[in-house]
Amino acid sequence: MVKKRVVVGMSGGVDSSVSALLLKQQGYDVIGLFMKNWDDTDDSGVCTATEDYEDVAKVAQQIGIPYYSVNFEKEYWNRVFEYFLDEYKKGRTPNPDVMCNKEIKFRAFLDYALKLDADYIAMGHYAQIERDQSGLVHLLRGADANKDQTYFLSTVNQEQLQKSIFPIGHLQKPQVRQIAEQAGLATAKKKDSTGVCFIGERNFRKFLSEFLPAQPGKMLTPDGQEMGSHAGLMYYTIGQRSGLGLGGNSTSNDPWFVVGKDLKKNILYVDQGFDNPLLYANSLEASDISFIVPMPESKFHCTAKFRYRQKDTGVTVQLLDHGQVHVDFDEPVRAITPGQEVVFYQGQECLGGATINAAYSKKQQLQYV
Amino acid sequence: MLKHVYLDNAATTPMAPEVIDTITKTMQDTFGNASTPNYFGRQARGILDQARLIIAQSIKAQPSEIIFTSGGSEGDNNAIISTALAQQHLGKHIISTSIEHEAVLKPLKYLESLGFEVTYLPVDKQGQINLDDFKNSLRSDTILVSVMMVNNEVGAINPLKKIGQLLQHHQAIFHTDAVQGYGSQSIDVNDLQVDLLTTSAHKINGPKMLGFLYERQGLKIPPLIRGGDQETKRRAGTENIPAIAGFAEAVKLNDAKSKLANNKRLLQYKQLLISQLAQQNVDFEINGPDISQAVPNILNLWIKGIPTSILQIKLDLAGFVISGGSACTAGSLEPSHVLQAMFGAQTPRINESIRISFNKFNQKDDILNFVQALTQIVRN
Repeated sequence: MVKKRVVVGMSGGVDSSVSALLLKQQGYDVIGLFMKNWDDTDDSGVCTATEDYEDVAKVAQQIGIPYYSVNFEKEYWNRVFEYFLDEYKKGRTPNPDVMCNKEIKFRAFLDYALKLDADYIAMGHYAQIERDQSGLVHLLRGADANKDQTYFLSTVNQEQLQKSIFPIGHLQKPQVRQIAEQAGLATAKKKDSTGVCFIGERNFRKFLSEFLPAQPGKMLTPDGQEMGSHAGLMYYTIGQRSGLGLGGNSTSNDPWFVVGKDLKKNILYVDQGFDNPLLYANSLEASDISFIVPMPESKFHCTAKFRYRQKDTGVTVQLLDHGQVHVDFDEPVRAITPGQEVVFYQGQECLGGATINAAYSKKQQLQYV
Repeated sequence: MLKHVYLDNAATTPMAPEVIDTITKTMQDTFGNASTPNYFGRQARGILDQARLIIAQSIKAQPSEIIFTSGGSEGDNNAIISTALAQQHLGKHIISTSIEHEAVLKPLKYLESLGFEVTYLPVDKQGQINLDDFKNSLRSDTILVSVMMVNNEVGAINPLKKIGQLLQHHQAIFHTDAVQGYGSQSIDVNDLQVDLLTTSAHKINGPKMLGFLYERQGLKIPPLIRGGDQETKRRAGTENIPAIAGFAEAVKLNDAKSKLANNKRLLQYKQLLISQLAQQNVDFEINGPDISQAVPNILNLWIKGIPTSILQIKLDLAGFVISGGSACTAGSLEPSHVLQAMFGAQTPRINESIRISFNKFNQKDDILNFVQALTQIVRN
C-alpha cells in the first residue's frame, strides 16, 4: 500500500516537531517544510529565520524525514501584512494570526503541499477535528484548554480542514514536551515563541512606526477635559492600561484606560477604572462571517470569545445579509475591539468566526474607532 | 530503497575511487608535518612537492607559483582582497562581472565598503560579457580585473585570453576564478596571461576544503592567512598532505586527454537530454549560450510554468538531484543573480529554472531516467 503523504509545516518549535514525529510513527510519508514568511535579512545576509530553520533541519534529521524550505514572503506581505497595516490605518486592532492561518498556512502552504502530492498537511496547532457521518469535518477545541488555538483557526474553511491533520490536538502541552524530550528532539526545551511572528521580541511601536507615520493628537476624557497628548491612535487598543503616562487625579486614584478613539478627529479618549462603563458592551456587529460547517439556522444561541484565551460568554447570533452578523451577549463584555475576531462555539466545537466592526452598549454604538 | 541520480556536479563531485585510495594510503603512511626537518617531515614534504609539481603542470605554471588553500572561496578572497589592499596606491578601481560567484562578489562588496570602486560588467541573454564594455570600463586607476573562467550557473565561458591581451600593458592585475573551469578547460596561464587563478579540488573529484591559488612569479600578494611560514610565507597553516596527494591524483586522472574524452561524452549527454525533453514536448528554453559555446557539463533550463522550488523538491523526492539555485540561510531559494543579470528581475524565468550538471561518473541511463522523471512531473 502506498503511504499517505503529509507535508508538515515545521516552524522550528516543539509543537510542530512533535507533530512530525507522531505522524512519522503513525506510518505516514512525512515531509517537513519550513515557511519563510518575513524578510529580515540584515546587511550581512543573516536572517532571523536561520536559527529556526536550523532547528527544523536538526529535528527532521532526528526523525528521519526530508525537509525543505519555502519562501512565502510575497504572499505574506500581500495577504497578511497589508491587511495588518490597513486595519491600523483605520484605527482598528488587527489579528494577523487569524489572517495568517487563513491565507498562508491553510492556503499558500496547503496549495504548495498539494503540488508536492500531499494527501494532508499538518502543523503544530492545539486543535482537533472530527469527521461526521456525512463526511463533514468539525473543528474542536484542543484538549489543553490553556493552549487551545481554535480562536486563530476559526476562519479556516471546510475544504481546507478536509486536508488537515492536527497530530497534537489531543495532548496537553507538558505531554508534548515530554514526547519531544523522550525522543531527544533538539527543540524539546526550546522556548515558546511569543508575540506577533514578524515583530517577535522587538518594540511594537518602533516597528509600526517604520511602516505607518504616527500622528500624535489630543487625549481627552469623555467629558472633554484635555489630558495631554497621545503618540498616535494606532498605538492604543480599547481597554488598554499601560502607556498612558497618567497618574490618578484628585478625585480618585483609579488607573486610567483607553475607553475610546475618534479617528476622524484624531482623539484618544481615556477614563479611570478598569470597570469603566464605557468599556462594556452588550452587543456587536461583525462581518465576513465564516462557518466551518454551514449553520442551518439564521438565529441561534451559543458561546463566543472576543479575543484569544478569553473565557466563553453566552451569545445570541443573528445572521444578516452579506456575511454580516449581529451578536447579543448574555452579559456585558469588556473591551470589545474592532478588528479582532468574534469566534463562536457550541460546547467543544468551534463553529466559525467573524470580524468585529462595532460594539454597542444598549443599542448605542461605542466610539471605538 | 530509492536509487539516487546525482546531477548537481557543479556544486560538488563525488571523489574518484583512485583519489580515495591515495588519500587513505597517505593518511596511513604519512602523518608528518611537511615543515619539520625530520624523517616524517621529509616524507610529507616529498609528497607535497610531488603534488605541487603535478598541479603546476596542469595549468603550465611553475610549482613555486602554486599556493595551496582551503578552497575556492579562500583563493578568491586572497586574490581579490589582498591584491586590492596591496595595490591601492596605484588606484582604487576594480573591474569584475555581474555573474561572478559569491566568493568573488562578497569580497568585492567588502572592498566597496572600504572605498574601492567596482565596475560590474553586464552580460547579454547568453550570459556573455561584451569586450567593448570591458575596454570602456578600463581606466588608468584600475588595479584589478577579476573575471570568472566559466560561469557556474549557466556554463558560459569568458574570453579570458582576449582580456589578458588587453591588459598586457596595463597595471591591473588579472585574476580569474577558475573553480568551475578547471575540470573541463585546457588551461595555460601564460597563454591566458592571468596573474592569479583560483581552483577548488572538490569540483574535479578531489577532496573538499582544498584548492590552490596560482600566483604569477614576482607578484607579491600579501597572505590572507598569517602565521607560520608554509607555502613560502604566502599561506600559513600546516598542509593537509593526504588531501593534497588526493588532489594531485584527481588532477592526474583529469589530464588533457581525459578532459577531451569527458567533454565529448558529456556533450552527448547534454544533447541527449535536450532532444529527449523536446521529444516529450516539455516546454523549456536553455538559459545560457548555445551548447556549442558553453561548457559541456552545465545545462541551465527554464522549465516553463513550474516554480523552481517545487520542481527541485519533487525531483529530490523522486531520487534526482539537481540545483534550483542558492538558498538563503533559512533554506529558501533566492532568485539567481546570474539569471537576473541575463534576463532582468521581472520574468518568471528566474523562478522557474534549474541547473543540471554532469560528471564523468554519470551514465546515459541517468539522463534517460531523469528526463522520464521530469516529464512525469511536468505533466502531472
